[in-house]
Order: sequence, then C-alpha cells, then structure tokens
Amino acid sequence: MTDLAQGAGTYRSPSKLARLLEAGHFPLAVEVSPPIGPNMPALQRQIELLRGYGDIYNVTDNQSARVHVSSLASCIALKQEGLEPVVQFTCRDRNRLGIQSDLLGASIFGITTVLALSGDHPVCGDHPHVKNVSDIDSINLVRMIRRMTDEQIFENGKKIPKIKPDFFVGAVANPFSPPFDFRPHRLAKKIEAGAQFIQTQLVFNVDRFREYMKRVVDMGLHERTAIMAGIGPVRSLRAAQYMATKVPGMEVPDSVIQSLEGLSDEDAEMAGLDLCCEVGEQVREIEGVRGLHIMAIGWPMAVPEIVKRLGLYPRPRLQD
Amino acid sequence: MSFRSYLQDHPRPLVWAWQLTERGLGMLRGRFEKMGLERSTRAVGWFEEPVKRSLFDCQMCGQCVLHYTGMTCPMTCPKQIRNGPCGGVRADGHCEVYPERDCVWVKAIERSALTPWKEEIRRLNPALDWRLEGEASWVTFATGRDQWAGDQASSTEQKKGN
Repeated sequence: MTDLAQGAGTYRSPSKLARLLEAGHFPLAVEVSPPIGPNMPALQRQIELLRGYGDIYNVTDNQSARVHVSSLASCIALKQEGLEPVVQFTCRDRNRLGIQSDLLGASIFGITTVLALSGDHPVCGDHPHVKNVSDIDSINLVRMIRRMTDEQIFENGKKIPKIKPDFFVGAVANPFSPPFDFRPHRLAKKIEAGAQFIQTQLVFNVDRFREYMKRVVDMGLHERTAIMAGIGPVRSLRAAQYMATKVPGMEVPDSVIQSLEGLSDEDAEMAGLDLCCEVGEQVREIEGVRGLHIMAIGWPMAVPEIVKRLGLYPRPRLQD
Repeated sequence: MSFRSYLQDHPRPLVWAWQLTERGLGMLRGRFEKMGLERSTRAVGWFEEPVKRSLFDCQMCGQCVLHYTGMTCPMTCPKQIRNGPCGGVRADGHCEVYPERDCVWVKAIERSALTPWKEEIRRLNPALDWRLEGEASWVTFATGRDQWAGDQASSTEQKKGN
C-alpha cells in the first residue's frame, strides 16, 4: 500500500487500522450496532462483550435505514471505553454540510477511522416516508474526506483553519450484487477517489467472492487498498430467509438455507456458527484479503466464539 | 417496452443527436457567456427541458452526464447516485427501492457499451452543484459551468458577482 508505505518512519497515522496494516498484521473489525432507544446500558453491554475480540469496531449509521443512536455518539462512548471505533457515514441522512460537521466532531474526539457508504434507501427501513438526502454519493464522500485530510480543505475548497483533520478513509464493496462484471470497476473508482481500506458485504457465496477477488487482484487493486472481507453468522432459518429476501444486496445461497432447515434452535445456532467459521477460514486464504470484518447482525454474543475458533484471539498489541 | 426505453436500448439516433447538439453548443459558447446563465437558460431551456424529459425522464439537474452514462439519466436513480450502481441491486438486476424497476445503473452500463463513449462509464463523476438544478445543462455544458468541484465554488461566486 503506497500511501502507508510512504508514511512509514516519518508519519504515524492516528488510525489504529492504518498502523496495524502498516505493521503487517491481519486486522479484525467487529461491528457494533448502537441501540434503538437511548439505552446506554445496552451499548455498554455490547462494549464489554466485544472488548478484546476485535482491533477496531465499526459502528453503524442508522443501520438498515432504521433509526438508532447515532454512530458518532456511540463511537465517542467506545473511544472513552478504550475501544478503537470506526465511524460510519451514509449519504442518506445528511448533506455535505452535516457530514463535514460530524467529521470535525469525530476528529476532536480522536476518532480517525471513517467508513463511507451510500446507505439503504429510507423505503427499506422504518421511516419510509422521509426524504432521502443523497446530496453526494459514497464515492464523492470518500473524495471529500480525503481532501479534508490531504489538502486541509473543506468541500467548498476553503482552508480548514489551524488544525488538519487526519482520517483513514474506507469504503464498502458488494461483490454479490449485479452487474458482477462492473463491480471491480466500481471498486477501482472508490480507490481512485481515495479509499484506503475496503470492507465487503457479508460473504456467504465463497465461490463468487473468489472470482471477484481474482479480478480485483488481476487489476492490481488489492495493492492500492486494504480489502477486509465481511463474515457473519446466521442464527436461525428465519434469519437466513430474512437476509436472503429482505436485506438489499445480500446473497444467501439456497444451500445455506437448506442446511438450516428442520434443525432445532440450538442446532441451527451451532450450524450458523460452523458455517461462519468455515467461510472465515476460506476467505482469509484468498489472495488480496488483508483482514476480516465480523458482522454478527442481531447476535453479538456469537462474536467471541467466532474469533476464538478462527484462531484470531488474542488480538495483537501495537507498541505505542 | 416503452418507446423511451426502446430508443435508449438502441441509442444510435440519440448518439447522433447529442453529437450534433454538442457541435452546435460549441458555437454558442461565446453567446451564452455574454448572456449569463439565467438568460441563456430561458433561451434554450424551453426546448431542452421537454425534449430531455420525454426522452430520458430528465430531472434537470443542470449538470448532464447522459453521454457518459449510456444515455441513461442517473438522476432517475432513487438515490440519485452519480457513480453507481449501489450495492443494493437485486439478483435480477432490479432496484432495491422499486423491485419492479430495472436498476438505472445496470441499464446505463449495458447501454454505454453501445455508444462511442464506452470508457466514460468508469469516469468519476463529481458531486452535484445544486444551484444548477433547473438550469439548462446545454448552457452549463457549453460554458464549462457544470464541472463542479468544491474548489471552484468561490470562482463561480465571483462570476455571479460580476
């Protein structure tokens, strides 16, 4: 990764993810879902449950277009508890003015790893009647954040006074959504815009992911950004069916659904865990994969078990 | 299939029409600059708007990229994504928001292969300047006013002042 290599020795990114990558580690991101109500104890329970099992913690921004405690506020809570958060920004709820002001807010709390994404449309969530903002798209959002960092300018081209924000910027990629031939090109656009790391949609169809990564590697994109593959457990047949039919851009193969059919609740959980670990084992071996991102949607209790079974526990310590 | 989508799926006449328009606009550039954006829009908008609305469901964003996107308007995407498609495209190539509709960007990619501007689909389109919404993109294109990037914000402010 040229960006990181250039920084070695002289410049030290404040982002833990950047430093882990630079040091040659295989970073592990774990997703945190902020609570739906103003429920601090629930957030704290998640923090305690997941502490130590990830290097960085992605905090979702109104996940599935449903209203939650904000990503930024939850990231501050994580930071204060000593966990390294990744603040997520969708283009759905804020315009450039709003996003920049939240970015500055993140910066003053020392939150420096950012993930930019389009976000599900409001009609997919619990406020289908609200206006979809989409002032910019995720690719231009990446570019905006990079220019704030690299050139110390706001989106309007004016100088950011006195202190330069320092963000490590990521974007998402979905190899499982058509048109499959174009997906690597869209990834290339995100890299051109400045994405320093990429987190993928949940992988269930490993063959499709392998094919995608082969094209990515052929295009040399894996050398220009750090790709982290998304994995996650399905807890029940119902959850798998829901993901397959209701979650935009998620591909859950029939074989996964069939493997959960007719199982008791307990057995289904075991099978879901097995499957997630199996996918994890497979994707980490694929060329170009530099890390993992565990998204245990609705089932954070599963994370410690998955991390241990993948042999990724304990996590490496970075020397300060 | 509607006449509109038939035409977009067989874009040769649209390509010719744009090539002609582009040439004409090049000649009008000086005049547009003299007249200013508002008056120029009044001069050509009455024609541009109904034509492009009926052919492309044009949303008059004022920063037209049709010839880069297979003669398919990205502003008809429910997320108005200028660099699509998003990750929500369904397995059948339909939209995450309207399951019965084709994804605008899937169409754009297919159709762009049928135009002389095949490579442009990979171009990074800049974010929109919402001040140009409703203005004639033929004018903003001819005068280069549509090439928004944040750093040009102040220079366009200056122009307005003049």
